Amino acid sequence: MEKLVVVGAGMASGRALEHIFEEAPGRFNVTLFGAEPRGNYNRLMLSPVLAGEKEYEQIITHDADWYRDHGVHTRFGETVTGIDRQRKVVISKNGETPYDKLIIATGSAPFIIPLPGKDLPGVMAFRDLDDVNRMVDVSKRPGSKAVVIGGGLLGLEAAAALNARGMEVVVLHLMGHVMERQLDPAAGYLLQRDLEARGIKVHCKAQTKAILGEDRVEAVALEDGTIYGADIVVMAVGIRPETRLATDAGIHVERGIVVNDQMVTSDPDVLALGECVEHEKIIYGLVAPLYDQAKILAKTLAKVDAAFRPVQTATQLKVTGVSVYSAGDFADAEDREEIVLRDATSGIYKRLVLKEDKVIGAVLYGETADGPWFFDMIRKGTDTRDMRDTLIFGQAYQGGAALDPMAAVAALPDDAEICGCNGVCKSTITGTIVSKGLTDLDGVRAHTKASASCGSCTHLVEKLMSITLGDSYNPAAVKPMCPCTEHDHGTVRRLIVAKELKSIPAVMQELEWKTSCGCAKCRPALNYYLVAEWPGEYEDDGQSRFINERVHANIQKDGTYSVVPRMWGGLTNPKELRAIADVADKFAIPTVKVTGGQRIDLLGVKKEDLPAVWADLNAAGMVSGAAYAKGLRTVKTCVGSDWCRFGTQDSTGLGVRIEKFMWGAWTPAKLKMAVSGCPRNCAEATCKDIGVICVDSGYDIHFAGAAGLDIKGTEVIGHANTEDEALEIIVALTQLYREQGHYLERIYKWAKRVGSDSIKAAIIDDKVKRKHYFDRFVYSQQFAQVDPWEERVNGKDAHEFAALAEFGLPVAAE
Amino acid sequence: MTEWIELGSITAIPVRGARCVKTPSGKIAVFRTAEDQVFAIDNRCPHKGGPLAEGIVHGTSVTCPLHNWVFDLETGEAQGADEGSVQTYPVKVENGLIFIAPDVLMQMAAE
Repeated sequence: MEKLVVVGAGMASGRALEHIFEEAPGRFNVTLFGAEPRGNYNRLMLSPVLAGEKEYEQIITHDADWYRDHGVHTRFGETVTGIDRQRKVVISKNGETPYDKLIIATGSAPFIIPLPGKDLPGVMAFRDLDDVNRMVDVSKRPGSKAVVIGGGLLGLEAAAALNARGMEVVVLHLMGHVMERQLDPAAGYLLQRDLEARGIKVHCKAQTKAILGEDRVEAVALEDGTIYGADIVVMAVGIRPETRLATDAGIHVERGIVVNDQMVTSDPDVLALGECVEHEKIIYGLVAPLYDQAKILAKTLAKVDAAFRPVQTATQLKVTGVSVYSAGDFADAEDREEIVLRDATSGIYKRLVLKEDKVIGAVLYGETADGPWFFDMIRKGTDTRDMRDTLIFGQAYQGGAALDPMAAVAALPDDAEICGCNGVCKSTITGTIVSKGLTDLDGVRAHTKASASCGSCTHLVEKLMSITLGDSYNPAAVKPMCPCTEHDHGTVRRLIVAKELKSIPAVMQELEWKTSCGCAKCRPALNYYLVAEWPGEYEDDGQSRFINERVHANIQKDGTYSVVPRMWGGLTNPKELRAIADVADKFAIPTVKVTGGQRIDLLGVKKEDLPAVWADLNAAGMVSGAAYAKGLRTVKTCVGSDWCRFGTQDSTGLGVRIEKFMWGAWTPAKLKMAVSGCPRNCAEATCKDIGVICVDSGYDIHFAGAAGLDIKGTEVIGHANTEDEALEIIVALTQLYREQGHYLERIYKWAKRVGSDSIKAAIIDDKVKRKHYFDRFVYSQQFAQVDPWEERVNGKDAHEFAALAEFGLPVAAE
Repeated sequence: MTEWIELGSITAIPVRGARCVKTPSGKIAVFRTAEDQVFAIDNRCPHKGGPLAEGIVHGTSVTCPLHNWVFDLETGEAQGADEGSVQTYPVKVENGLIFIAPDVLMQMAAE
């Protein structure tokens, strides 16, 4: 096998490797160097990660399994410092690595303006995940401020994301309007207005003079004397090709590493691609041409004839709630005409630039659905004379077609480009769906790459899937919470946090709910997410709770209720038992049963009797057992070292302590626990949501068991030496679940979805994080630990327990 | 002509909620929507007899608390894949008071 060494693990090299393994399987033994301590990920998606709308894990394009399956030796975090072309080796800190063919894909470095103060801590670029993490850390400080230098695509995405994180954001832009390379002044104005409506200050024609600060950045000063306070300064003014390695090795470099149409440099054994290269004097920064380069490079290595040709690209801004699309050339000139449509009230602006009856540029703001259609015309040079009058209204107005987005997509020609990033046309997508038998979006992304990069064409791809597959298409990739919304649970939870949504109407408004007041599926879920996220601020909405949680008892098949008082850790006493017996007699309760969670259930209580039953139980010192709740249920125990000859620890005492500490907490689904005093496990702790097995050396903490619809033994999350430590782990684990779990998702399903390793990392390995979750739980408990029975005995929700009106006899007619 | 019968103030029913009117032959569930519309239907799901007044109210629909059948409060028809309907009763709101048509109670008493 030939030795192929790749320097740089960005998006271009990742894509090139995929093509190489397709074009020439088994031919190369690949070693991949990357300066970042991680593999290839989708850099375009860093903005959503920064905004808190996506997690890093969701934007990884190649994981450890992929590298292993393809035999790639990864050397992440290891910088290549030199190339010896005579001896055909690359040099890094661990020595020399020989190559037969070398690919340079070192990408670009952010351009840092040589201002005074540019080296102060807090001045950063927006280029990789480390930058994102640094920004997120600062944004967590209340009242923190950011100044973004550069009002281009990247700068504005960063500004919007930091604003969504709650920072005070100022954008400084040298030119007269934002995104001047993609937008004309009118669209730039609308964009600036929308950003300012979100609280982002945009300062155009800003000449930055200096970055001020003693030990770290404190402010930014402009030439006109304006000073903006700043905890971070993000430089997003542009990039320059990272060419040092090539220059030092004596390869031909101008502004970028010079390559020919086959992506080969001045050395026939050294190829290059990505933002570090220059082809016919042009350096490409958008992803679509870079992916084309990857394709050509792979063919060259596989000895297949191919040539890279420059391509037109279109741009979309990835800021939630802002739609901008631009393509082609939209500058004014003598020989050009323009068509403009403005709708001030709805903030829509569309401008087409025509030359000799052909569209050569398009700028769309506010409504961008026709972007791909116009872009297709630009690329093909379509003659527009016949549709001139209605052209600006878009595709749906042409040829009498219905105003239906589905019909519009269906009407696109087969060679219309759907995914600009990956250059995928309509027929490739529809053809692959049929030939590979694809049924979900992930499959289409895997096989065609369409919508796999920036994701802005996802809706088009989904429409194509619907057209091709008909009703059998189930958009499973995004499984909406319910028919009221297109968002899945995870997205809704993240956006509630990122946008600080604190009421159900606010969520429905901001996330564009399709129904006026939701349904029986989404309302309880939203109510839980808000209760969990904003303790003390959000007012619980009883009408969005299932009847059991609204009246704090379990509805039975005949409309009566069951009542279960708490018995801490399964312990009771004669006084409590007498009170229960008296209540059963007094209210003629037909059935009294011991439950699986070591307490007593009173079944068949009439709804109107509930407050009186609770009053009697309260009087004997008992509170609601929450046997109806998506919340903490029971903590089952054995008698432990108090009585048992095998007991190693006080399991009963720990169970009581856990239950007293955690009662009242709401969780995504019910939460059942148990503590066993020795590995004989009489409390059956190894099939619980969270379980403890006491041993001589302390406490083994288990979680993610199930003994219901599914049966599953627990996994061990960690070991605690003391009771205090055991409690801290259990509480922190519960809080992490409260914050990440989807509504009605039990712990074992949550653990399967997010991965037990990530849970262990946060709760066991990282003690600072553990403490953080523990503290958040404790804070929330001050609002949660109120006995709902006592509240209702004292008159809360009295309407629940009495009829509106009662008629004993036929009401007299005249 | 008979007078419509007063059931009580609209504010006695929680928004997006319901309460029952007891009659000799069963309960009528009276609903108040987010938009303050008022509807009355039998408090008995045709599926397994679930008390519809205890369901979650959304738009002009209610979801039965027992097995999640959804009914349109205006027509009484089950929504989606389920088939069935509940009796609806004429109600009106005047000056913040809810009234039910008199023949309803007569009819229920006669059953």
